[in-house]
Amino acid sequence: MGLLHTVNKSPFESNTFDACLGYALDGSTVLLIEDGVYAATTGTSAAEKIKNASGVTFAVLGPDLQARGLESKLADGIKVVDYEGFVNLVAEHDSVQSWL
Amino acid sequence: MAVKKFMYVNRKAPYGTVYALESLEVVLIGAAFDQDVSLAFIGDGVYELTKGQDTKAIGQKNFSPVYSALGDYDVNKIYVEKESLEERGLTLDDLQHLVWEDEDEDYAEKDSIRLVSRAELADVMSEQEIILSF
Repeated sequence: MGLLHTVNKSPFESNTFDACLGYALDGSTVLLIEDGVYAATTGTSAAEKIKNASGVTFAVLGPDLQARGLESKLADGIKVVDYEGFVNLVAEHDSVQSWL
Repeated sequence: MAVKKFMYVNRKAPYGTVYALESLEVVLIGAAFDQDVSLAFIGDGVYELTKGQDTKAIGQKNFSPVYSALGDYDVNKIYVEKESLEERGLTLDDLQHLVWEDEDEDYAEKDSIRLVSRAELADVMSEQEIILSF
């Protein structure tokens, strides 16, 4: 299985999320963590980009979403994982690209 | 002591960096000096005020309840930029309801949050004497 990309910056604060999308090939997974979870919320341009990125799986780290009070704003098509799920994603993919 | 117009400008999301917490601490310290204080939340700063924050699973302190105490420190001019909320798919309903008690009107409870446009907030900002940015 392709790469696991992690993004930990808000899509409004830096271009990390966009840079990651440019490198996310079919079969890869993008996991949004820390301030990266803001890209997973409805009504944002980032959520639109996620909707249009077919072939890429998107996941978000639940604890980081809960911390920010945004569980109810999660956009469709994004899988919520806990820390154990994070570990599983790392194990399932060939390698990890941690975008900063 | 002369009263000055202070504005604290908050532009960072909580928890990912320490700016939001540090800003809140400085506001609380400053509140002891009876100054004319305004808070501005723009850009990712609006995320500081979302309701329902629960940080148990990330092992960090949830400081969001402290915003509701600001009214007790006479910090009751809290400007939230409309454009920033809209870009983020948020409305005022997604934010905490912050209030203060007006002792001149028999402690009537009043809203602290003022939803303003970028242009309106620029005007308020230009009237300040001291601006601290986080």
